[in-house]
Amino acid sequence: MLARIQVPAQAKRGEIITIRIAIQHPMETGYRPDHFGRRIPRNVIHTLVVRFAGAEVFRADMGSGVSANPFLQFHVRAEAGGEFTFDWVDDTGAKGSERATLNVV
Amino acid sequence: MRALCMLLLWPLLLAAQTPAPRSGLEFASADVRALQADDFANPGMLWVARGEKLWNTPAGRSATSCAGCHREAPVSMKGVAARYPRFDREAGAVLNLEARIKRCRESRQQAEALPHESEDLLALTAYVAHQSRGQSLVPAKDVASVAARERGREQYFRRQGQMNLACMHCHDRLAGRKLLSDTISEGHGNGYPAYRLEWQALGSLQRRLRACFTGVRAEAPAFGAPELIELELYLVQRAGPLRVETPAVRR
Repeated sequence: MLARIQVPAQAKRGEIITIRIAIQHPMETGYRPDHFGRRIPRNVIHTLVVRFAGAEVFRADMGSGVSANPFLQFHVRAEAGGEFTFDWVDDTGAKGSERATLNVV
Repeated sequence: MRALCMLLLWPLLLAAQTPAPRSGLEFASADVRALQADDFANPGMLWVARGEKLWNTPAGRSATSCAGCHREAPVSMKGVAARYPRFDREAGAVLNLEARIKRCRESRQQAEALPHESEDLLALTAYVAHQSRGQSLVPAKDVASVAARERGREQYFRRQGQMNLACMHCHDRLAGRKLLSDTISEGHGNGYPAYRLEWQALGSLQRRLRACFTGVRAEAPAFGAPELIELELYLVQRAGPLRVETPAVRR
Protein backbone atom coordinates (compact mmCIF):
# COMPACT_ATOMS: atom_id res chain seq x y z
CA MET A 1 0.00 0.00 0.00
CA LEU A 2 1.44 3.28 -1.10
CA ALA A 3 1.64 6.06 1.49
CA ARG A 4 3.29 9.43 1.86
CA ILE A 5 4.40 10.68 5.26
CA GLN A 6 5.67 14.05 6.32
CA VAL A 7 7.85 14.27 9.42
CA PRO A 8 10.29 17.15 9.84
CA ALA A 9 13.88 15.88 9.76
CA GLN A 10 14.84 18.11 12.65
CA ALA A 11 13.10 19.92 15.52
CA LYS A 12 14.06 21.98 18.56
CA ARG A 13 13.57 20.40 21.99
CA GLY A 14 10.02 21.11 23.19
CA GLU A 15 8.85 22.24 19.76
CA ILE A 16 5.39 21.18 18.60
CA ILE A 17 5.72 19.48 15.23
CA THR A 18 3.14 18.45 12.63
CA ILE A 19 3.02 14.87 11.38
CA ARG A 20 1.04 14.06 8.24
CA ILE A 21 0.21 10.83 6.51
CA ALA A 22 -1.71 10.11 3.29
CA ILE A 23 -2.48 6.54 2.22
CA GLN A 24 -3.68 5.40 -1.20
CA HIS A 25 -6.72 3.27 -0.42
CA PRO A 26 -10.27 2.99 -1.86
CA MET A 27 -11.90 2.98 1.61
CA GLU A 28 -14.81 0.98 0.22
CA THR A 29 -17.83 1.74 2.41
CA GLY A 30 -19.65 -1.58 2.10
CA TYR A 31 -22.85 0.22 1.10
CA ARG A 32 -22.20 0.48 -2.63
CA PRO A 33 -23.53 -2.03 -5.17
CA ASP A 34 -21.39 -3.07 -8.15
CA HIS A 35 -22.62 -3.08 -11.78
CA PHE A 36 -24.51 -6.33 -11.15
CA GLY A 37 -26.27 -5.06 -8.04
CA ARG A 38 -24.14 -7.09 -5.64
CA ARG A 39 -22.94 -5.38 -2.53
CA ILE A 40 -19.22 -4.52 -2.62
CA PRO A 41 -17.80 -5.75 0.70
CA ARG A 42 -16.53 -3.12 3.08
CA ASN A 43 -12.80 -2.56 2.91
CA VAL A 44 -11.49 0.34 4.95
CA ILE A 45 -8.28 0.93 6.84
CA HIS A 46 -9.83 0.39 10.26
CA THR A 47 -6.76 0.97 12.41
CA LEU A 48 -3.76 3.24 12.12
CA VAL A 49 -1.21 3.35 14.92
CA VAL A 50 1.75 5.71 15.13
CA ARG A 51 4.50 4.98 17.64
CA PHE A 52 7.42 7.14 18.59
CA ALA A 53 10.45 5.34 19.99
CA GLY A 54 8.16 2.37 20.70
CA ALA A 55 5.46 4.30 22.56
CA GLU A 56 2.06 4.90 20.97
CA VAL A 57 1.50 8.59 20.22
CA PHE A 58 -1.46 8.50 17.85
CA ARG A 59 -4.21 6.05 16.95
CA ALA A 60 -7.11 6.32 14.50
CA ASP A 61 -10.06 3.92 14.41
CA MET A 62 -11.68 4.59 11.07
CA GLY A 63 -14.93 3.41 9.51
CA SER A 64 -16.93 3.79 6.33
CA GLY A 65 -17.35 7.55 6.85
CA VAL A 66 -13.73 8.31 5.98
CA SER A 67 -13.04 9.27 2.36
CA ALA A 68 -10.87 7.31 -0.04
CA ASN A 69 -7.13 8.00 0.21
CA PRO A 70 -7.32 9.14 3.84
CA PHE A 71 -5.13 12.04 4.89
CA LEU A 72 -4.45 12.42 8.62
CA GLN A 73 -2.56 15.07 10.50
CA PHE A 74 -1.63 15.40 14.17
CA HIS A 75 0.82 17.25 16.41
CA VAL A 76 3.38 16.01 18.89
CA ARG A 77 5.84 17.73 21.16
CA ALA A 78 9.41 16.78 20.30
CA GLU A 79 11.19 15.93 23.57
CA ALA A 80 13.92 13.64 22.26
CA GLY A 81 15.05 12.20 18.96
CA GLY A 82 13.76 8.85 17.76
CA GLU A 83 11.93 6.95 15.11
CA PHE A 84 8.26 7.27 14.16
CA THR A 85 6.65 4.08 12.94
CA PHE A 86 3.31 4.10 11.16
CA ASP A 87 1.35 0.84 10.94
CA TRP A 88 -2.10 0.32 9.50
CA VAL A 89 -4.35 -2.56 8.51
CA ASP A 90 -7.50 -2.79 6.37
CA ASP A 91 -10.52 -5.13 6.38
CA THR A 92 -8.86 -7.58 3.98
CA GLY A 93 -5.98 -7.90 6.43
CA ALA A 94 -3.59 -6.02 4.15
CA LYS A 95 -1.00 -4.18 6.21
CA GLY A 96 1.14 -1.19 5.49
CA SER A 97 3.92 0.56 7.31
CA GLU A 98 6.24 3.52 7.04
CA ARG A 99 8.95 4.95 9.24
CA ALA A 100 10.78 8.24 9.63
CA THR A 101 13.49 9.53 11.95
CA LEU A 102 13.30 12.77 13.88
CA ASN A 103 16.42 14.51 15.17
CA VAL A 104 15.98 16.80 18.16
CA VAL A 105 18.58 19.50 18.70
CA MET B 1 -10.19 55.37 -43.61
CA ARG B 2 -12.83 53.03 -42.32
CA ALA B 3 -10.73 50.03 -43.31
CA LEU B 4 -7.75 51.54 -41.50
CA CYS B 5 -9.84 52.04 -38.35
CA MET B 6 -10.98 48.41 -38.49
CA LEU B 7 -7.40 47.30 -38.93
CA LEU B 8 -6.22 49.30 -35.92
CA LEU B 9 -9.13 48.14 -33.78
CA TRP B 10 -8.81 44.52 -34.85
CA PRO B 11 -6.69 43.39 -31.88
CA LEU B 12 -9.20 45.02 -29.52
CA LEU B 13 -12.12 43.34 -31.24
CA LEU B 14 -10.32 40.02 -31.08
CA ALA B 15 -9.62 40.46 -27.39
CA ALA B 16 -13.25 41.32 -26.72
CA GLN B 17 -14.41 38.21 -28.56
CA THR B 18 -12.07 35.79 -26.82
CA PRO B 19 -11.59 36.57 -23.13
CA ALA B 20 -8.65 34.84 -21.48
CA PRO B 21 -9.50 31.21 -20.70
CA ARG B 22 -10.07 30.42 -17.04
CA SER B 23 -8.83 27.19 -15.54
CA GLY B 24 -11.31 24.90 -13.82
CA LEU B 25 -9.47 25.79 -10.63
CA GLU B 26 -11.06 29.26 -10.70
CA PHE B 27 -14.52 27.71 -10.65
CA ALA B 28 -13.71 25.45 -7.69
CA SER B 29 -14.63 26.24 -4.10
CA ALA B 30 -11.99 27.52 -1.66
CA ASP B 31 -11.53 24.13 0.05
CA VAL B 32 -10.93 22.37 -3.27
CA ARG B 33 -8.42 25.05 -4.29
CA ALA B 34 -6.64 24.65 -0.94
CA LEU B 35 -6.48 20.88 -1.43
CA GLN B 36 -4.84 21.31 -4.84
CA ALA B 37 -2.41 23.95 -3.60
CA ASP B 38 -1.01 21.75 -0.80
CA ASP B 39 1.35 19.26 -2.40
CA PHE B 40 1.06 16.93 0.54
CA ALA B 41 -2.71 17.03 1.09
CA ASN B 42 -3.41 16.85 -2.66
CA PRO B 43 -4.49 13.20 -3.05
CA GLY B 44 -3.36 13.21 -6.69
CA MET B 45 0.22 13.33 -5.44
CA LEU B 46 -0.19 9.71 -4.29
CA TRP B 47 -0.43 8.73 -7.95
CA VAL B 48 2.54 10.95 -8.79
CA ALA B 49 4.54 9.17 -6.08
CA ARG B 50 3.45 5.81 -7.47
CA GLY B 51 4.42 6.96 -10.96
CA GLU B 52 7.88 7.93 -9.75
CA LYS B 53 8.39 4.42 -8.40
CA LEU B 54 7.22 2.88 -11.68
CA TRP B 55 9.49 5.22 -13.64
CA ASN B 56 12.48 3.68 -11.90
CA THR B 57 11.29 0.05 -11.96
CA PRO B 58 12.56 -2.19 -14.79
CA ALA B 59 9.73 -3.89 -16.69
CA GLY B 60 9.16 -6.27 -19.57
CA ARG B 61 11.54 -8.42 -21.61
CA SER B 62 13.91 -5.49 -22.10
CA ALA B 63 14.36 -5.36 -18.30
CA THR B 64 14.65 -1.60 -18.70
CA SER B 65 12.92 1.08 -16.67
CA CYS B 66 11.66 4.37 -18.09
CA ALA B 67 14.66 5.96 -16.37
CA GLY B 68 16.94 3.52 -18.22
CA CYS B 69 16.41 5.56 -21.40
CA HIS B 70 14.88 8.86 -20.29
CA ARG B 71 17.01 9.29 -17.15
CA GLU B 72 15.72 11.91 -14.72
CA ALA B 73 12.09 12.71 -15.45
CA PRO B 74 12.25 16.26 -13.97
CA VAL B 75 14.80 17.04 -16.69
CA SER B 76 13.80 14.86 -19.64
CA MET B 77 10.03 15.12 -19.24
CA LYS B 78 9.85 18.83 -18.47
CA GLY B 79 7.31 20.45 -20.80
CA VAL B 80 6.57 17.20 -22.63
CA ALA B 81 2.98 16.79 -21.42
CA ALA B 82 2.18 20.37 -22.43
CA ARG B 83 2.85 19.41 -26.08
CA TYR B 84 0.49 16.41 -26.21
CA PRO B 85 -1.61 15.19 -28.05
CA ARG B 86 0.59 15.29 -31.14
CA PHE B 87 1.43 13.23 -34.21
CA ASP B 88 3.70 10.28 -33.58
CA ARG B 89 5.65 9.25 -36.66
CA GLU B 90 6.26 5.66 -35.55
CA ALA B 91 2.62 5.09 -34.65
CA GLY B 92 1.45 6.98 -37.75
CA ALA B 93 -1.28 8.55 -35.65
CA VAL B 94 -2.00 11.37 -33.25
CA LEU B 95 -1.35 10.14 -29.71
CA ASN B 96 -2.19 11.61 -26.36
CA LEU B 97 0.19 11.26 -23.44
CA GLU B 98 -1.39 8.04 -22.16
CA ALA B 99 -1.19 6.44 -25.59
CA ARG B 100 2.44 7.54 -25.96
CA ILE B 101 3.35 5.96 -22.62
CA LYS B 102 1.45 2.78 -23.49
CA ARG B 103 3.32 2.57 -26.77
CA CYS B 104 6.72 3.05 -25.18
CA ARG B 105 5.92 0.37 -22.65
CA GLU B 106 4.81 -2.15 -25.26
CA SER B 107 7.34 -1.54 -28.04
CA ARG B 108 10.43 -0.39 -26.11
CA GLN B 109 10.12 -2.07 -22.72
CA GLN B 110 8.31 -5.04 -24.29
CA ALA B 111 6.14 -5.25 -21.21
CA GLU B 112 2.52 -6.28 -20.95
CA ALA B 113 0.12 -3.58 -22.07
CA LEU B 114 -1.25 -1.22 -19.44
CA PRO B 115 -5.04 -1.02 -19.83
CA HIS B 116 -6.73 2.38 -20.12
CA GLU B 117 -7.47 3.90 -16.71
CA SER B 118 -5.36 1.28 -14.93
CA GLU B 119 -3.72 2.56 -11.76
CA ASP B 120 -0.24 2.11 -13.24
CA LEU B 121 -0.99 3.98 -16.48
CA LEU B 122 -2.64 6.81 -14.56
CA ALA B 123 0.29 6.95 -12.16
CA LEU B 124 2.91 7.10 -14.93
CA THR B 125 0.89 9.68 -16.87
CA ALA B 126 0.42 11.80 -13.75
CA TYR B 127 4.13 11.59 -12.95
CA VAL B 128 5.16 12.61 -16.47
CA ALA B 129 2.52 15.36 -16.71
CA HIS B 130 3.50 16.66 -13.26
CA GLN B 131 6.96 17.50 -14.66
CA SER B 132 5.26 20.11 -16.88
CA ARG B 133 3.30 21.75 -14.08
CA GLY B 134 3.32 25.50 -14.57
CA GLN B 135 4.12 25.30 -18.28
CA SER B 136 1.71 26.71 -20.85
CA LEU B 137 -0.05 24.27 -23.15
CA VAL B 138 1.37 24.17 -26.69
CA PRO B 139 -1.04 23.16 -29.48
CA ALA B 140 0.54 20.72 -31.97
CA LYS B 141 1.36 22.31 -35.33
CA ASP B 142 1.93 19.23 -37.53
CA VAL B 143 -0.41 18.63 -40.47
CA ALA B 144 -2.07 15.49 -39.08
CA SER B 145 -2.80 17.12 -35.72
CA VAL B 146 -4.21 20.25 -37.33
CA ALA B 147 -6.56 18.15 -39.46
CA ALA B 148 -7.61 16.05 -36.46
CA ARG B 149 -8.08 19.19 -34.38
CA GLU B 150 -10.51 20.56 -36.98
CA ARG B 151 -12.61 17.41 -36.54
CA GLY B 152 -12.42 17.94 -32.79
CA ARG B 153 -13.56 21.54 -33.17
CA GLU B 154 -16.47 20.42 -35.33
CA GLN B 155 -17.39 17.88 -32.66
CA TYR B 156 -17.22 20.50 -29.91
CA PHE B 157 -19.87 22.59 -31.66
CA ARG B 158 -22.05 19.67 -32.80
CA ARG B 159 -25.22 18.82 -30.90
CA GLN B 160 -25.30 15.22 -29.69
CA GLY B 161 -27.25 12.82 -27.52
CA GLN B 162 -30.82 12.79 -26.30
CA MET B 163 -30.27 16.16 -24.63
CA ASN B 164 -29.25 17.51 -28.03
CA LEU B 165 -26.42 19.58 -26.58
CA ALA B 166 -23.00 20.49 -27.88
CA CYS B 167 -20.00 20.97 -25.56
CA MET B 168 -20.25 24.65 -26.45
CA HIS B 169 -23.72 25.08 -24.93
CA CYS B 170 -22.47 24.54 -21.39
CA HIS B 171 -18.77 25.32 -21.49
CA ASP B 172 -18.82 28.45 -23.70
CA ARG B 173 -22.23 29.95 -23.04
CA LEU B 174 -22.99 28.90 -19.46
CA ALA B 175 -19.57 28.76 -17.78
CA GLY B 176 -19.83 30.13 -14.26
CA ARG B 177 -23.56 29.27 -14.02
CA LYS B 178 -24.92 26.37 -12.02
CA LEU B 179 -25.76 22.84 -13.16
CA LEU B 180 -27.68 21.57 -10.13
CA SER B 181 -25.29 22.40 -7.27
CA ASP B 182 -22.13 22.38 -9.38
CA THR B 183 -20.54 25.36 -11.10
CA ILE B 184 -20.06 24.86 -14.82
CA SER B 185 -16.43 25.44 -15.79
CA GLU B 186 -15.05 26.39 -19.17
CA GLY B 187 -14.10 22.76 -19.67
CA HIS B 188 -10.33 23.02 -19.98
CA GLY B 189 -8.26 19.88 -19.58
CA ASN B 190 -5.08 21.48 -18.24
CA GLY B 191 -5.26 19.73 -14.85
CA TYR B 192 -5.59 16.14 -16.07
CA PRO B 193 -5.00 13.44 -15.02
CA ALA B 194 -6.86 15.01 -12.11
CA TYR B 195 -8.19 13.84 -8.77
CA ARG B 196 -11.96 14.19 -8.86
CA LEU B 197 -13.76 14.15 -5.54
CA GLU B 198 -16.73 12.54 -7.28
CA TRP B 199 -14.50 9.65 -8.36
CA GLN B 200 -12.52 9.54 -5.13
CA ALA B 201 -9.63 8.74 -7.43
CA LEU B 202 -7.36 10.07 -10.14
CA GLY B 203 -8.75 9.84 -13.67
CA SER B 204 -7.79 10.78 -17.21
CA LEU B 205 -9.18 13.58 -19.35
CA GLN B 206 -10.84 10.91 -21.51
CA ARG B 207 -12.70 9.56 -18.48
CA ARG B 208 -13.92 13.09 -17.79
CA LEU B 209 -14.95 13.61 -21.41
CA ARG B 210 -16.81 10.30 -21.43
CA ALA B 211 -18.69 11.43 -18.32
CA CYS B 212 -19.88 14.50 -20.26
CA PHE B 213 -21.00 12.29 -23.18
CA THR B 214 -23.04 10.23 -20.72
CA GLY B 215 -24.32 13.47 -19.16
CA VAL B 216 -25.90 14.62 -22.42
CA ARG B 217 -27.04 11.03 -23.00
CA ALA B 218 -24.88 10.48 -26.04
CA GLU B 219 -22.96 7.29 -26.72
CA ALA B 220 -19.53 7.68 -25.14
CA PRO B 221 -16.63 6.76 -27.47
CA ALA B 222 -14.34 4.00 -26.16
CA PHE B 223 -11.11 4.96 -24.39
CA GLY B 224 -8.48 5.81 -27.00
CA ALA B 225 -11.09 6.36 -29.75
CA PRO B 226 -10.10 8.91 -32.43
CA GLU B 227 -13.09 11.12 -31.49
CA LEU B 228 -11.71 11.59 -27.99
CA ILE B 229 -8.16 12.33 -29.20
CA GLU B 230 -9.54 14.88 -31.69
CA LEU B 231 -11.54 16.54 -28.94
CA GLU B 232 -8.46 16.60 -26.69
CA LEU B 233 -6.50 18.29 -29.48
CA TYR B 234 -9.13 20.99 -29.85
CA LEU B 235 -9.31 21.47 -26.08
CA VAL B 236 -5.57 22.15 -25.92
CA GLN B 237 -5.87 24.89 -28.52
CA ARG B 238 -8.99 26.26 -26.84
CA ALA B 239 -7.26 26.35 -23.44
CA GLY B 240 -4.70 28.64 -25.03
CA PRO B 241 -2.02 29.82 -22.62
CA LEU B 242 -3.38 27.99 -19.55
CA ARG B 243 -0.75 26.13 -17.58
CA VAL B 244 -0.53 22.45 -16.73
CA GLU B 245 -1.81 21.83 -13.17
CA THR B 246 -1.40 18.04 -12.94
CA PRO B 247 -2.43 16.63 -10.56
CA ALA B 248 -5.36 19.04 -10.24
CA VAL B 249 -8.20 18.53 -7.79
CA ARG B 250 -11.70 18.93 -9.18
CA ARG B 251 -15.22 18.40 -7.91
